[in-house]
Amino acid sequence: MTFVLSLVVGVLFGGAAYLMLRRSVVKLILGVVLLSHGTNLLLFLMGDGVVRGRPAFADPATGVAAANAADPLPQALILTAIVISFGFTAFILALAYRANQAVQSDDLDDMISTDRL
Amino acid sequence: MANHLFLPLLVPLFSALLATLVSQRPVLVRVIALLAALFNLGYSGWLLWIVGSTGRQITQASSYAAPFGISLVADGLSAIMLTLTALLMTVTIVYSFATVSAERERFFYYPLLLLMLFGCSGAFLTGDLFNLYVWFEVLLVASFGLITLGGERAQLEGGLKYVVLNLFGSTCFLIGAGLLYGVAGTLNMAHLAERLGTLQNPTLITAIAGFFLFAFSSKAGLVPVFFWLPTSYHTPAIPVSALFSGLLTKVGVYALFRVFGTVFPRELERYGSLILVIAGLTMIVGVMGAMAQVEVRRILSFHIVSQVGYMIMGLGLVGVAGLTAGILYMVHHIIVKTALFLIGGAAEHLSGTGELKRMGGMARREPILAALWLLASLSLAGLPPLSGFFGKLGLIQTGVQQQQWLIVGVSVAVSLFTLFSMLKIWNEVFWKKPPAELDLSALPRATLGLLAPGALLVVLSIVIGFGAAPVLEYSRLAANQLLDTQGLVRDVCGPDGCDAVTTTVSGR
Repeated sequence: MTFVLSLVVGVLFGGAAYLMLRRSVVKLILGVVLLSHGTNLLLFLMGDGVVRGRPAFADPATGVAAANAADPLPQALILTAIVISFGFTAFILALAYRANQAVQSDDLDDMISTDRL
Repeated sequence: MANHLFLPLLVPLFSALLATLVSQRPVLVRVIALLAALFNLGYSGWLLWIVGSTGRQITQASSYAAPFGISLVADGLSAIMLTLTALLMTVTIVYSFATVSAERERFFYYPLLLLMLFGCSGAFLTGDLFNLYVWFEVLLVASFGLITLGGERAQLEGGLKYVVLNLFGSTCFLIGAGLLYGVAGTLNMAHLAERLGTLQNPTLITAIAGFFLFAFSSKAGLVPVFFWLPTSYHTPAIPVSALFSGLLTKVGVYALFRVFGTVFPRELERYGSLILVIAGLTMIVGVMGAMAQVEVRRILSFHIVSQVGYMIMGLGLVGVAGLTAGILYMVHHIIVKTALFLIGGAAEHLSGTGELKRMGGMARREPILAALWLLASLSLAGLPPLSGFFGKLGLIQTGVQQQQWLIVGVSVAVSLFTLFSMLKIWNEVFWKKPPAELDLSALPRATLGLLAPGALLVVLSIVIGFGAAPVLEYSRLAANQLLDTQGLVRDVCGPDGCDAVTTTVSGR
């Protein structure tokens, strides 16, 4: 399972890199979205398969956690990361829409007035 | 437990909410924003004193024992950065009264400023790596709002690049944090510092540290990932440019200092020479880029890139002396760079344009403004007795001691080019005869609200120049605390270290 998920992370990162290098703003945004998905999956993978002691929330009587207890931290991290990337995706879509209205183009090469001398 | 560490977070947050609620009353909003910034300024001044006299201030959120919850840690560097942040915010808010249009004010300009203060304060106070990521996002989203506020075409174009490249940097930070958690099983900086020293696989840690180097470099505007900065910083309202110039890239520099000084000290030694190469290239590329520009704020934006190189040079000269000089330079840079943006911005505001060839004659029209500009730009170039001299002196001395001749030579040469650029603006904006189409007598006069913020910062730069010893001492204290991993572990987790806490709780 870890192997398959690692492959998926790699494919997502590869697709993100490809899309982010395109000139179209829409593809650029899709690339950013794919990148954040890949990162979330990577965080998920980090919660498994590594020995790091026992979970923080253990049975107070015995001091031992249930045998199948999962590490809660990566889940909390992913949840936070999803919320943040969702908010940013919404913002960047609105920004791209306004930029498209102002420039009348979807091509990043048309958006270079602030780079020109 | 120093629960007062939550105050500089809660006050800006609730002020931002309150200011949003009463957004129909512009005067009330201004008062709220100014009061919150002044509160943070007063608080962080007190924090400077108490950290200087009693050492680190630490509190645990929700009273979870240290490596499990989120720790807030204020050491010397945090206190310095908090003070400068609050100072900049106060000055910017006052300057905004005179320059920001009512239209922008109505669209939550001041609440966004306060949210940025909230995010920056959090980033400087947190002792947890993932929490640092969250604070970065908080201040980023506020900065996204500020940089595009107004919706002019240049702002949208520059803002899009700014947003995408910063998101990419943040994602790399997140990837690094995730990988580090997979390897070390913790995200508390003190716990990480303790565990990373004993891990089996140091090469893996070095690779992960590379992620952090890339992520924070893209925030700090280092070569080769600085392109978002000169394309976007000159587009928003003048006070926003000034605030960003002083604050945003420096949060990236702070994160580099913090993460490489405390969490990855061994990796810092490995990456030291690479960081020096990056620092040298950043200085050169920034200053060369500035020479080609013909607008006030564009020139100044490229100089930000160039000067971040000096701070990173302090990090690359591994050790207390290098970090001390880097921190001192950062203090000087934050004050002077913002002053230059405020003063140059005032000239731009009065002339109605930032293009050098359409400006001129300001020295006769506004002599006070011109004098302030001259002082600030000489300080930036590093002439004694202004603050820039001591910042550069420390860096060059350390470089000479470590016999890093190349970077010393580059930093001296770049200073000369900096002076050249500053004199170019001086000649074009203040000294030369106004161009034929510019009627100087028709321009508005500078008001106290335009002059006072820049003047305050220039005076501070002179004060730091004449009284450099206490600032240097405090920088040294901050650098020592930054590199003192054992002291951090003891202060955050208790005398036995963080692993002792985790084994006790999990009953092993």
